[in-house]
Amino acid sequence: MALTDADVDHVASLARLGLSAEERARLRDQLSTILGHIEVLDRLDTAAIPPTAQVLPLINVLREDAPRPSLSRDEALANAPRQADGFFEVHAVLTGGPDAEEEAP
Amino acid sequence: MSGQDGARTGAGRATTASDLTALTAAEARRHLDARDVSAAELTEAHLARIDAVEGRVHSYITVMAEVARAQATAGDARIARGEAAPMTGVPVALKDNLCTVDAPTTAASRILAGYRSPYDATVVSRLRDQGAVFLGKANTDEFAMGSSTEWSAFGATRNPWRLSHVPGGSSGGPAAAVAADEAVVALGSDTGGSVRQPAGFCGVVGLKPTYGRVSRYGLIAFASSLDQIGPFARTVEDAAILLGAVAGHDPLDSTSAPEAVPDFAAMVGPGAGEPDLRGVRLGVAREYTIEGMEPGVQAAVDAAIARLAELGAELVEVSLPHTEYALATYYITAPAEASANLARYDGVRFGLSVQAPTLRETYERTRGEGFGPEVKRRIMLGTYALSSGYYDAYYVKAQKVRTLVRRDFDEAFERVDAIVCPTSPTVAFAFGARTDDPYQMYLSDVFTIPANMAGIPGIAVPCGFADGLPVSLQVLGPAFDEGIVLRVADAYERSETWTGQRPPL
Repeated sequence: MALTDADVDHVASLARLGLSAEERARLRDQLSTILGHIEVLDRLDTAAIPPTAQVLPLINVLREDAPRPSLSRDEALANAPRQADGFFEVHAVLTGGPDAEEEAP
Repeated sequence: MSGQDGARTGAGRATTASDLTALTAAEARRHLDARDVSAAELTEAHLARIDAVEGRVHSYITVMAEVARAQATAGDARIARGEAAPMTGVPVALKDNLCTVDAPTTAASRILAGYRSPYDATVVSRLRDQGAVFLGKANTDEFAMGSSTEWSAFGATRNPWRLSHVPGGSSGGPAAAVAADEAVVALGSDTGGSVRQPAGFCGVVGLKPTYGRVSRYGLIAFASSLDQIGPFARTVEDAAILLGAVAGHDPLDSTSAPEAVPDFAAMVGPGAGEPDLRGVRLGVAREYTIEGMEPGVQAAVDAAIARLAELGAELVEVSLPHTEYALATYYITAPAEASANLARYDGVRFGLSVQAPTLRETYERTRGEGFGPEVKRRIMLGTYALSSGYYDAYYVKAQKVRTLVRRDFDEAFERVDAIVCPTSPTVAFAFGARTDDPYQMYLSDVFTIPANMAGIPGIAVPCGFADGLPVSLQVLGPAFDEGIVLRVADAYERSETWTGQRPPL
């Protein structure tokens, strides 16, 4: 499976990952090689095999709906690159901000 | 190290600094409780050892000298009160993807440089509660993605046995720290072999417990259905002691198993009697002999398996026919899970933030500058496998093959108690040998990945040398039967006379 430059750009965009031109070219080639190795799986007929997402026989692990201590606001914000009025601060994305057109639902 | 023999039998006083750094956790416990060695002396000896060898080995990203000294003082007071727990006063290294409130937690990534967690990982708080001493945060490949520590953003760790060679990875720092006597024991994490492979390369013991045995709360997530925290030690007994200290159900990790934790330490070591494997059926799988296997590794592993038979084990040929597919399966599943887990590094709530005019550009620039090459490769691979049009062909396909890998083990464990095989197909390789060819790097985990896919426990135990570098035997067991893998590894270790050799640092 050989990836194209457009494939790499599309995937990088989905992953919100900024890449240099050199990185894009290298990843195109390396990912194509790795996907080539992965094609070994095509030899197996798995039509009737159920998937395994995780190995434990646990389902619906729930806790009691009771209050318990959590991080304080100051602790939660302690590592924030930008904060304002007790909130994480980001560029506006809904109305009026430069991302509005692209990011709004 | 004239005191080593005395120390190993637990007799006599350990007085010199090299005696103190040669102690195992079990020996240290006896000396600490007998009050002929203090936790403060033990800690100072290790800090001095770190000063002496870190320039060559670089096991640590952060040394926690002041924290360690305070913990040692508190440990001595606790021992004096007669309230010592198994790990009280014992110096430990922590892989730098385990969150600690009193030291930075970086996962060896620029994107988390200087990050200070507001909470401790459950394994860290359990060790803290026992009064353990934290020497520092040990090196790893960035976000635990790699097999050599060459992908650490803060410089590679060197193999204490040969400084021109890698220590393995991703937990190369914890492995090298224990091998170089810079810590008594250490905790790492194993997603595809990241405890066992570096343990093998550095000639120490490394255990990946059953998925769910140890809480992952506060372990920086890589691939959540595969990640498991495990111990490094210089003896199997010490690995059992450290496992016992951190294992058990944790309500903060919904994938932690509500299973009782047996007294692992009681199953191993001199207290468990003469090494004896009579009645134990050990599976030998032909699929674990592959092209590219180094002859010296094969010879040492064959000799170790013969020794297990001399100890009374019955060898049974088993087949794990999907072994050759496990690697390809892993390199879909692990990157897919990683691409989702690493979405949180967005420059908004913590970590590096490269501000740009729009939020989207801020994301892209932060992640582009913060992540290194292997992490980018895995995010790209995982995002691709999960993307529209490829999800069924890659991600779902891998999940189905994972079922086949699990079934192989289920069927084998109907016939045998444990499976023995090499930990890695090669000994430690030279720096730079595999960084240009990602798939060659991935191949060094070919024998360790199946256990993660199946969720079963596995231990790596030193079994000799090839070309002057350590070779490692791997023992795999059924889910929640760490006891059998510890017993087999312990019997082997105690039947050999060369074990306990130290690297020539």
